[in-house]
Amino acid sequence: MTTPGIGADQEGRKKGGGSSAALRRFSDGATNVAIKEPGRFFALCLDTFRAMFQRPFQWREFIQQSWFIVSVTVVPTMLVAIPFGGILSLQVGGLIRQLGAQSFTGATAVVAIVREASPLVTSLLVAGAAGSAMCADIGSRKIREEIDAMEVLGINPLHRLVVPRMLACAFIALFLNGLVSVVGLIGGYVFNVVLQDGTPGAYLASFNAIAQLPDLLQAEIKAFVFGITAGLVAAYKGLNAKGGPKGVGDAVNQTVVITFMLLFLENFIISALYFQFVPSKGM
Amino acid sequence: MGVEIRVEGLTKSFGRQVIWQDVSLSIPAGEISVLLGPSGTGKSVFLKTLVGLLKPDRGHIWIGDRDLPYLPEHQLYETRKLFGVLFQDGALFGSMNLFDNIAFPLREHTRKTEAEVKRIVLEKMDLVGLIGAEHKLPGEISGGMKKRAGLARALVLDPEILLVDEPDSGLDPVRTAFLNQVFIDLNAQLDCTFLIVTHDINTARTVPDNIGLLYQRHLAMFGPREMLLSSEEPVVRQFLNASKVGPIGMSEEKDASELEAEARMGLDSGKLPPIAPQQMPSNGLLRRGQHAPGAWCAAHGVTPPPGSFVDELGRNWVEEWPRYVASFGQNAAAQGGGHVPLGKGPGAQH
Repeated sequence: MTTPGIGADQEGRKKGGGSSAALRRFSDGATNVAIKEPGRFFALCLDTFRAMFQRPFQWREFIQQSWFIVSVTVVPTMLVAIPFGGILSLQVGGLIRQLGAQSFTGATAVVAIVREASPLVTSLLVAGAAGSAMCADIGSRKIREEIDAMEVLGINPLHRLVVPRMLACAFIALFLNGLVSVVGLIGGYVFNVVLQDGTPGAYLASFNAIAQLPDLLQAEIKAFVFGITAGLVAAYKGLNAKGGPKGVGDAVNQTVVITFMLLFLENFIISALYFQFVPSKGM
Repeated sequence: MGVEIRVEGLTKSFGRQVIWQDVSLSIPAGEISVLLGPSGTGKSVFLKTLVGLLKPDRGHIWIGDRDLPYLPEHQLYETRKLFGVLFQDGALFGSMNLFDNIAFPLREHTRKTEAEVKRIVLEKMDLVGLIGAEHKLPGEISGGMKKRAGLARALVLDPEILLVDEPDSGLDPVRTAFLNQVFIDLNAQLDCTFLIVTHDINTARTVPDNIGLLYQRHLAMFGPREMLLSSEEPVVRQFLNASKVGPIGMSEEKDASELEAEARMGLDSGKLPPIAPQQMPSNGLLRRGQHAPGAWCAAHGVTPPPGSFVDELGRNWVEEWPRYVASFGQNAAAQGGGHVPLGKGPGAQH
């Protein structure tokens, strides 16, 4: 009996063996990482953006997811924020005391906690707790073919699953950022006043001298952008999970790493823009 | 009323690995077709391509006058409402109980009241024998139950096309037989187009009107049941007789030396077994539009293997057929000419 045709893969394999095959595998991988993956990710972002305006909006899913994200992030956020505020006070306070500018410890809290630390802590928790849970959820739905089933039933999973999750992530990130700021400042205050013998008046006065509303606003904008990014990366990795339970594990792992890197990059960009456009308050 | 699916020159590959190429076939409206193939020949991929979950590299899938792979998104979602799909392990939504799972399409796509939804869902659950399990979660039931629940969900919107991925895997033989009867009955009632992907030779021999066989990245053969069951083509013959002798080996294909050894030893997959009669709809149901037994063989001058078309009661369906068809005529006359049999009658051809 004759073989009914030979696959193109076999023909391909005949042409190049050994080192050229290895080179091709390498270049395939490089193209995939450098061009295809980001391309597919942006395609997903655009599709999700379009799906955002589809009616009806999935309120129930949005509220459930918001509640879920709150439940996995609030306690760790507070637990991280307290020592964070304390450590900043200890480190910077020590340095500032050596310079003889003890009364400005409160100002460092604004710069460090409100502008930078709180969006970063928020991003760590949004990516690490909310994003990973979301990716695991979507990924396990993907490998159980639930996503396919949903599409076959004529329902767009981006509209049904991804949009509410992404918006919930951004929505909750706003509040988390506020929470980290408040808890961090309280932590800083307590450490400064109680442990470092600072005076409450100096702390608050220097705080007021340098703090301005745009500080908080930029932090909130950062938190919102971080939430959207974490939601999209989690959805992208989850929807592309393959290869069974291990695939989901890999996807979660990649989600956390990619989200961290993207969030730190975004943080840098937004901070740079902020310093360009918003003049610092004089003292 | 069932829709024809016409597939033209379909090719699919993942990266450099070609899954299948140049698959062309037309799955006739209102008939049951079965797609067979050794494990890993891309049968499930084919099914997913048919509903537009995977995009083919080349080729067309015509559903009526719509070319599925190239439809814009909203039309694609619209077209998918014609389909009911049963995935390999049911693909139920893990966070919902069985009732909500099955009610899901109704709640999403129709404006039925909760009472109507409940009536339809319970009717479908009864059909697949799941009454009493409404409040179980998918994680709490067995694979076979998941599969039946998935089937019920695929049926609630009365689809025109039903794609079924391995209905028999993980199911006991009795349930498989019942499920096969459900397929036949559904086809008689809804007249929808069926494509069943399976490994179960018994299903393949007795249920479908048409059989297709995927082998080595190609569609080896697709045609009426009798054509494949009486075929001497080695691959088809080996597969449909579940034989070790033939070109298919443990790892896809035997090499020339193995085949030579088989030939030297005079091994042969033996005589073709008789063609079993096709399963009929349950008593009291409408006759479905199936072909007369033996019609294809007669028209193509093929002598079916001895003992063909005889059922377990010893009735020869070639002789029984005209009486069977006539009985529907009488019933229809008695009921005032209600149902016109959908059959193409004896001698009908593709």
